[in-house]
Amino acid sequence: MLTPEQLQSYWRQNLVLMVIVLTIWFLVSLGAAMVAHSLNKIVIFGFPLGYYMGSQGSLIVFILLIVFYSRKMDELDEKYGVKED
Amino acid sequence: MAQDTFVQRLRKIYAIYTGAFVAFVIILGIAERFGLSPTYIGYAFLFGTIAVYAVIGIISRTGQVAEYYVAGRRVPAVFNGMATAADWMSAASFIGMAGALYLQGYDGLAFIMGWTGGYVLLAVLIAPYLRKFGKYTIPDFLDARYGGKFPRAIGIIATMLVSFTYLVAQITGVGIITSRFLGLPFELGVFFGLVGILVCSFLGGMRAVTWTQVAQYIVLIIAYMIPAIAISYKHTGIPIPQLMYGQALQNIEQKQAQLKDDPKEVEVREIWKKRAQELDAKIKGLPATWEQGKRELEEKLASLSPGDPERAKVEKALKDYPKSPEEAKEKWTAAKKQAEAMARPPKPYTQPPVKTVDLINFLALTLCLMVGTAGLPHVIMRFYTTPTVREARTSAGWALFFICLLYFTAPAYAAFARNEVLTNLVGTTFAQLPEWVKKWAGVGLVRIQDLNGDGIIQFAEIILHADAIVLATPEIAGLPYVIAGLVAAGGLAAALSTADGLLITISNAIAHDLYYKMINPNLAPSTRVKIGKSLLLVVALLGAWVASYKLAIIVELVAWAFSMAAASLFPALVLGVWDKRMNKQGAIAGMIVGLGITLFYLVGSRFYGLDWFGIKTIASGIFGLPANFIVAFIVSRLTPPPPREIQEFVDSVRYPKGAVKAGAEE
Repeated sequence: MLTPEQLQSYWRQNLVLMVIVLTIWFLVSLGAAMVAHSLNKIVIFGFPLGYYMGSQGSLIVFILLIVFYSRKMDELDEKYGVKED
Repeated sequence: MAQDTFVQRLRKIYAIYTGAFVAFVIILGIAERFGLSPTYIGYAFLFGTIAVYAVIGIISRTGQVAEYYVAGRRVPAVFNGMATAADWMSAASFIGMAGALYLQGYDGLAFIMGWTGGYVLLAVLIAPYLRKFGKYTIPDFLDARYGGKFPRAIGIIATMLVSFTYLVAQITGVGIITSRFLGLPFELGVFFGLVGILVCSFLGGMRAVTWTQVAQYIVLIIAYMIPAIAISYKHTGIPIPQLMYGQALQNIEQKQAQLKDDPKEVEVREIWKKRAQELDAKIKGLPATWEQGKRELEEKLASLSPGDPERAKVEKALKDYPKSPEEAKEKWTAAKKQAEAMARPPKPYTQPPVKTVDLINFLALTLCLMVGTAGLPHVIMRFYTTPTVREARTSAGWALFFICLLYFTAPAYAAFARNEVLTNLVGTTFAQLPEWVKKWAGVGLVRIQDLNGDGIIQFAEIILHADAIVLATPEIAGLPYVIAGLVAAGGLAAALSTADGLLITISNAIAHDLYYKMINPNLAPSTRVKIGKSLLLVVALLGAWVASYKLAIIVELVAWAFSMAAASLFPALVLGVWDKRMNKQGAIAGMIVGLGITLFYLVGSRFYGLDWFGIKTIASGIFGLPANFIVAFIVSRLTPPPPREIQEFVDSVRYPKGAVKAGAEE
């Protein structure tokens, strides 16, 4: 059994992670769409950057975000000894 | 250890399966060279794949509760990812999405981002905690978290509202694919679809559905990749469509800029403009114009002698003529909108919305689709099947990865198809239409007519149906018919796998949540599964029956499902985990207000001209979603906090192990 303080600290760290992940999630998708006109002025391999963010860029970041969050949560589970057997 | 050998066995089985499927396609390809007709190739794909799904279904049959509802909770993360990807990607993703991108350019990206971004929300906010909860359905969670039958009942209603129209759309999709490729009547195609769905889910519930969905994912991803790779090779010489369509994008912009002031194009656009005005006058003159049009056709038919070849044409026109002034209004308004769209020069393909109201709609739609995805019951259900909380998180990542393989490719399909049309179709003569145009014009997916009578094809004279992009690409790329058959099998797999997941979700909502939990809790486990199976049959038949009517509204209703899920279930689930102070009163009030406002705006804006801030019907959830959160918050703070057991329950789902008493698994 963990003490209530430990449990609280685990959850607080999870909250911080959640906020970080969802902020990036928002910026690369909806945020990028809001400034897509300016991003489109940058063209890489024929892809205007604004269009690219919507069609592939944000998706890549989404996958990386889930991988990052899963890793961090695994570490957290280990640290607080709440990892499943 | 047992899990490790299980994973290895699964890998081996699916590797052999993939090899066998590829061999099957190659053999059919060779047979085609030796003269096997397209009809038989089509049948081989239809029966071949359904037979495989049936075999998996029969092998996975079960009568146990945990196997039937959550596949025994031992689906490894990677395989659950594949199953979730197939569960999630429907006929709309497989066939429709590339078409939406072709037609709408940047605006279509709302679907790409919206249908993937939801998985981040799932992985972070919902999936691990529902897995820890360890029961069977979403209403189960709402009941345990908020206490009592009322939250469960709202959960059941929301699940049914969201899932049933979606199911009908999938069965319709199967009917369309089979009828298009095999020339079967639509109703017979629906029947085949029904058989294909039931062979997987009826005997083995979630367990059979899971392993079939993995098999279906493999079929659909192979089918989606091959034509895209071929067309990328044809256009650029490099077979990596996902990287190479940048060139196509540049070419499209350049060609479209040239077309903008081309005198011939302007001429055709003027013709569209006149048509739109005529239609507008006809709509304003209803119902008199409807009666007049009908009378004119009837008089024309009476004036023609029985042997006149014109007769058949007029008879058909009369048959297609709107049956009532209401139908006429609906049809003519759609035609007017199309004419108005064709009368405008094409907007730059990669350009984001320019007007503020369009940008707001784009953002609202993207958000609704993201949040809706994270609130769809049949997707959330899949995360109950992993062995651990940890794997629930990683499997969301795998699911997104497998989904993205297809979603990366869809914009490439769209760009290459548009490039092909602009480069190799526009400017050629009507005398030498390419084969693919003739073929798909025959079934109405391509509409092309020489409006200004100059014999040359103008861009404004071509109307492609969204479904034509993926279906016609094998022929555009010059691939043999066997690949067209493969694409049909892929579309079928996409529709069947989604239908299976939905069917299980709906029948569980009735059998488990409604009947067992609310009406008769004294059922033996084996009886529960039997009731689940019989309901599955009833729901499937009901879905097929509704689908056989081919209602035009169905496609729209599917889009509504996202707004409804976003505004009802998602906030209740998230607050249930992340806000300990949230109580029964708050959650109930939030769900009712959220769903109520969303339904009000959906129906009001679609049928009665309701308009708040210019938001389109499809993004209606943008009002209900925040309303749900705000109402839930205020009501919960004005009412007493939830009892101690509930607060302990929240702790039990928040920590993978060791906090208070762990949630008991059945």
